[in-house]
Parts: sequence; structure tokens; C-alpha cells
Amino acid sequence: MFKDYITLALNAVLRRRKRSILTLLGIIIGIAAVVSLITLGQGLKNSISGQFNALGSDKLIISAKGDSFSIGLSTDAVKITSDDLHIIQETQGVSHAAGWIYQSGKIEFNGNVRYYSVSGYPLNKEETTLLWQASNYKLLTGRLLEEGDTYKAMLGYSYTNPEIFGKALELGSKINIQGQDFKVVGFWDKTGSPQDDQGIIIPYQTYEELFNKHDQLGIIIAQVQSGENIDTVAERMTKELRKERKVSEGKEDFSIQTPKQLGAAFGTVIDMVQVVLIGIAAISLAVGGVGITNTMYTNVLERTREIGLLKAVGAKRKDIIIIFVLEAGLYGLVGGLIGLLLGTSFALIVEAAFHAAVGPLLDIQIDPYLLFGALAFTFILGCIAGITPARQASKLSPVEALRYD
Amino acid sequence: MTQAKPHPSTHAPKIMELQDVWKTYHLGDADLNVLQGINLHIKKGEFVAIIGPSGSGKSTLMNMVGLLDTPSRGQIIIENTNIAKLKEDELSKLRGKKIGFIFQQFNLIPTLTALENVMLPTIFQNMPKDERLKIATSLLTRVGLQDRLDHRPGQLSGGQQQRVAIARSLANNPEIILADEPTGNLDSTSGVAVMEMIQELHKEGKTIVLITHDPRLVKFATRVIHIQDGKVEKETVN
Ligand SMILES: Nc1ncnc2c1ncn2[C@@H]1O[C@H](COP(=O)(O)OP(=O)(O)OP(=O)(O)O)[C@@H](O)[C@H]1O
Ligand SMILES: [Mg+2]
Repeated sequence: MFKDYITLALNAVLRRRKRSILTLLGIIIGIAAVVSLITLGQGLKNSISGQFNALGSDKLIISAKGDSFSIGLSTDAVKITSDDLHIIQETQGVSHAAGWIYQSGKIEFNGNVRYYSVSGYPLNKEETTLLWQASNYKLLTGRLLEEGDTYKAMLGYSYTNPEIFGKALELGSKINIQGQDFKVVGFWDKTGSPQDDQGIIIPYQTYEELFNKHDQLGIIIAQVQSGENIDTVAERMTKELRKERKVSEGKEDFSIQTPKQLGAAFGTVIDMVQVVLIGIAAISLAVGGVGITNTMYTNVLERTREIGLLKAVGAKRKDIIIIFVLEAGLYGLVGGLIGLLLGTSFALIVEAAFHAAVGPLLDIQIDPYLLFGALAFTFILGCIAGITPARQASKLSPVEALRYD
Repeated sequence: MTQAKPHPSTHAPKIMELQDVWKTYHLGDADLNVLQGINLHIKKGEFVAIIGPSGSGKSTLMNMVGLLDTPSRGQIIIENTNIAKLKEDELSKLRGKKIGFIFQQFNLIPTLTALENVMLPTIFQNMPKDERLKIATSLLTRVGLQDRLDHRPGQLSGGQQQRVAIARSLANNPEIILADEPTGNLDSTSGVAVMEMIQELHKEGKTIVLITHDPRLVKFATRVIHIQDGKVEKETVN
């Protein structure tokens, strides 16, 4: 019985394909936008939280005050120094800590000049290891920097292919950084983040001379002793740093974050962007709903005689309402389905493009609940949009309707 | 008024009765009395032809008999129930069960196949699907369209469309078949075929009400009601 109503409704939708597609544009765009945005946003969050989780949950990240986006970039305004590093290392519950600094540098190789981020890393084995862990770098070829290195450099994965300088760098290659020649001693593997893959690491002391930045650090990573509560250690560290930097509570010019917090901060930003974009998509969906209502009024008018006939052969008001509401719901569903296909394809294409260009920074998962939810939503939206026209249809007098032409 | 002669179905039970039925349309200031005090009854198994000139109110009368419309004044009684007491949905239900319609314009749904069109009335009667399919197929076979089941109205000739409509009118096995100018849009050959089918239905026991302005068709009827200006002018029995 219900299946017959659906057959009737589906029939009506399919027989008016051209009008259907036009009607559905709003819904298609809205759903495509929602589905691709949520999928991409979730994918981005997945990979970001994956990256931060790789840091481990037992490390604190200390930087000069700034929001999540400017970590380490605010070295000119508020500075983190070796004094701070010392305080951090001494904080109870910290096993060891290391800091590094970075800024953009002029890189020359094979006659080409480029600008990439250059980092100064300490050479002490324990500190290097901590920073490598925190950065999630893995050695590809060669070796890490060691005590005694001066004009030696480690390069990211990107330099092993010829794209950047028109020629691949190799172990032993000479690369010019800020006018000084450095010998390449090692490469780290692809990380998934383009910035990291294009990074260059040189010894901290060499960095100080090269950039004329003395006693400055961008970020400090502190390893919390096992068994210590990371939040307690962070609190303790905050107090110590406040005292040393002579700032009062609430006026801190530095920030201490756990990898989880950092990940969450990025997640929140992505959420906010998503909410705004989905809001825009919602407008598109509302327009789509109005479009369906409009089309249904046209359909009801066009099929006045059919409605009269349905009543003549025994259809009650309720039957007419169900048929037309279902028809409107099917419009929504068809729009949702097309939108879903477009949105999912778009997300997959973006993912593929990201993988080709950057590496596995996006980790998309097609969420069956999202797909089902989107379909259910568009069906219900369509049904709601169809209620008023359907009621109007149900109220037609059979005689008037049969006379209509 | 001519008094009706006795007829085999005279003693059959009345299945419908119209008592002093008026239909008035209000057009601006003027009132248009399309039906002016119609009294008539229809007995089980009769073949009643209602004949009259164009505009005399035949279709309006058929709408009353078909429970599609309600009188402005007077009563319509079907199986001892005054339909004025019924709600719209109850009328629909009664109509669906008891009355089959054949229209001049066929009124098939253009997007549905012949089979689906014939099954349409059964959708609203809670009949199991396979039974409905069986009934619709056998009805279409009966009107000679067994190899046109999946054709849509646009792919059928006028005569074939009217045969689909006849099959549809029978889908719920109604007691009464109402046919309003069923041959009006057909050539004479198809018209004759359609009338023969309707006659066949009458022979099988269906009560037929035929509305026409074509005097040649009254020969099929057992009783003829002549309408003029919204009044019953005379009744004759064949
Ligand atoms: N809804 C309406 N509003 C106003 N007038 C109407 C309405 N319906 C019918 N009429 C008028 O009632 C009169 C009878 O109409 P009806 O359709 O019953 O005639 P008919 O006998 O069936 O004619 P025909 O043989 O041409 O089909 C006509 O004059 C028509 O204009
Ligand atoms: Mg008429």
C-alpha cells in the first residue's frame, strides 16, 4: 500500500526530470557543500590530531604568548631564552627539555635561490632526540647532527627530489644558506606536512651567528617524567616561569600547552570554519526547500484533474496528502543523493590532490552516518516543503478538479 | 410525464434515490439553478440512460449520483443512508467501493501504465498487492488489452484508452458504473465497441447509468430519463 504511494510519487518525479533537476539545485548544492565540508573537516582533524598524538601525551610545548597559529613566530616581540629553558629543565617533574628556533632563510643551490624555514637545533644527543620525537621526524638517509658539527645541515624529504632546485640534493651536497656553504649530512622522511618536508636543520650555535640571533628560542619541548601528572607539572612550570619572567598571573607572555590541547585548538578552529560554511550551506538548503514547495504547487495545479480522478476512485484526503508529501520528499531525497555523490566525490578528489601534492595530511573517512543522515534530512526537508501544497491538493473538490483544464 | 411500464427490474431493490435535488450556482448576483428538483431512483441491475440536450444538467446530475458533489437542496439516499450526513472521506470511501466512473475524457493518469491505471482504485482499498495485480491484469485482458499492459495512455488510441478506463471502473468490483458520454471522444467503430462492453457489464448484473445526448445510444438502456433545463422531463422504459 505504502509502496504504491511511493511508486506514484516516484513516477511523478522521474517523469519531470528537467524540472526536478532545476528544483533540486539548492538542495544539491547545499548537501554537496555540507557533506564535503564535514568530510574534509573531519579528515583534517583526524590527521592533525594524529600528528599531535604522535608527539605523545607526556610532553609540554612552551612558546612565547600567541595563538596557536603563531607559535614560534613571535620571537621578535616576546622572547623565550635559554634562561627560560633552564627554569623549565629545573622544574620538578620534568626529565629534560630542549628548545629550537627557526625562521625563514635564503637558500641557494644549483644556481637557484629559494626561501625556506631554517631551524637551529641543539647538538646534545638527548635534546636532539626529544626534538625529533616531538617533530615526528624519521631519518631517511645519512645521520643526525652531532656535537662538533658546524656548517652541516639536515634537510627534509622534499630536497631529495629535483623539484625545488631543479636538481636533487644528495648526501655530501653543498647547499648555501644565508650566504654560507653547508654540507648535507642527512635527510628525514616524508612527514605529510609540506612545511616539515621543506625544513632545514642546522646546529644551534651556527644558527645564532648566521642569523645574528643570540640566546633566543622559538619553542621549548619539555619531557614530563613518567608517573607525573602533566597538568600539575604544567602548573608548576607556569609559576616558575612567571616568577623568572616577572609577569603577574593572567598576564603571562608565554604559553604552555600539551599536544592534546594544541590538537584541540586546531580542531576548534576547523569546527568554527565548518559552522560558518555549513550555515551558508543551510541557507542553500532552505532555498532548496522553498524551491520544492514552489514546484509542488505547480505540480498540484498541473495535476488538478488527476487529483479529481484520484478522489473519484476513492482516495481520501489523507491519501492525497501522503502521495504529494512523499513526492516532495522524493524530490528532496533525489537532490540529497545527487548532492551526496557530488560532495563525496569532491572530498575524495581533494584528498587525492592533497596526497599527490603534500602527502597524507588529509585522512578522509566516508562516514555512513553522515551519508544516511544527509539522505534522511533531505527527505524530511522535502516532505516538510511539500505539506502545504499537499494539503491544498487534498482540499480540492472532486467535481471542480475533474472539470479543470 | 409518462408513467413507467412494469419492467423485470421493477421489483429489484433501489440502490440509490434522489429526492427533490437542486443544484444552484451563484454567479455574481444571479442564481443559476442547474438542477431543479430532480426526483429519481436507480434500482439494482438497471441500465438507466439519462439523455438531454447540452447544458441541461446531465453531468451535474451524474456528479450527484456519483457522490462527487452534494446537492444545494434535497436528499440523496444510498443504501438507506442520506449522504448529506457523510463526511468527505466517508464519501470517498463509499465512492471507491460502490461506483466505477467512465468519463468522456478518459481521465487516465498519463504517467502511469495501463496496468497501473487500472490498479489505481484498488490502492485505496487495502487489497493485497498480488491480488490487485491479478485483478487488473484480468480486467485488461477482458477489454482486449492484454498485450498493452505496460503502455502509457499516450501510446494508446482513444478507443484503447477508454477500454483501460472501463477496466479501471471495474477494479473494485463496484455495483454501479457511471458513464458520462463514454463515446463522446471516439470514432463510431470504437464507440460501438465501448457500448457493447458496457452492455456486457449490464448483462453480468452491474447497474449502469449512462449519460448521453446521443439518442442512438438509448437503445442499450432499460429505462431512459429525459432531462431538460435541470428537470426530469419524462421517463420511458425500453
Ligand atoms: N461550477 C459551475 N459553476 C457555474 N455553472 C456551472 C458549473 N457547473 C456547471 N455549470 C452550468 O450548469 C449547466 C449544466 O451543466 P452540465 O455540465 O451539467 O451540462 P450537461 O448536460 O452535462 O451538458 P453537456 O451535454 O454539454 O455535457 C451549464 O449551463 C453549466 O454552465
Ligand atoms: Mg456533460
